[in-house]
Amino acid sequence: MPMSLSDRPDVPDPSRRGVLRACGAFVALAVARPARADANELQAAIAAYTGRHEVKPGRVTIDVARLVDNGNAVPITVRVDSPMTAADHVRAIALFNERNPERDVARFALSERSGRAVVSTRIRLATSQQLVAIATMSDGSLWSGAIDVIVTLAACIEGEG
Amino acid sequence: MARTLITVPQDAKRGDVVEIRVLMAHPMETGYRVGSDGKRVPRNILRRFTCRLDGEVVFAAELFPAVSANPYLAFPLRAERSGTLSFAWEGDGGFAQTETAALNVA
Repeated sequence: MPMSLSDRPDVPDPSRRGVLRACGAFVALAVARPARADANELQAAIAAYTGRHEVKPGRVTIDVARLVDNGNAVPITVRVDSPMTAADHVRAIALFNERNPERDVARFALSERSGRAVVSTRIRLATSQQLVAIATMSDGSLWSGAIDVIVTLAACIEGEG
Repeated sequence: MARTLITVPQDAKRGDVVEIRVLMAHPMETGYRVGSDGKRVPRNILRRFTCRLDGEVVFAAELFPAVSANPYLAFPLRAERSGTLSFAWEGDGGFAQTETAALNVA
């Protein structure tokens, strides 16, 4: 019985090899890049942003499709659990990525005038990777949220975008 | 002047949190793409967006090449008083454009 592609992505089904060759080569290219180096770069970019302050996981939610079929324009929403009062609000949200050419995606400045801690935009994703959002609260504390996304059609490779 | 789309709800009551949506027509050229002549296409992105209500900054964003072409932003604002919202974009090559819209609070 032929092995299905989903079980072993590195071993394409021989009967479909011709059709899948181009796609397989592309997947191999993406997988060949060392993931650990990218993760270190991501951590370094976050550390450069947060300085020596401690970042706690939680309170930040990234809302994005887990399976992205077009990396050129991926709708994304970042929400932070905050009452958004004068005494306790979100001052900034920074969004980072793991495997685009640059680690930064966007940074947003909010205030108690925002009323809600939620920002939406559309971003490019070069390949499957992790996204991390860091929220800076009015008391100076830092919170983070992360999500992994799978990208089937990458940005930055196919033509315009 | 680049085309913009700005959506400000017009039925806000005092104290409501409204969502403001803005979009500007812009290629957001990353600086990583290679053109048909084999040379890198120079970077041309919008770097900064600022929304002010009667001069007071209520939202700002710093954008990087990972933001899609025709940058879209949706952000909240607590409607406390009527006023004039200004939306300013700044980018590479000295790009600067400002649009305004009325915020009417019942």
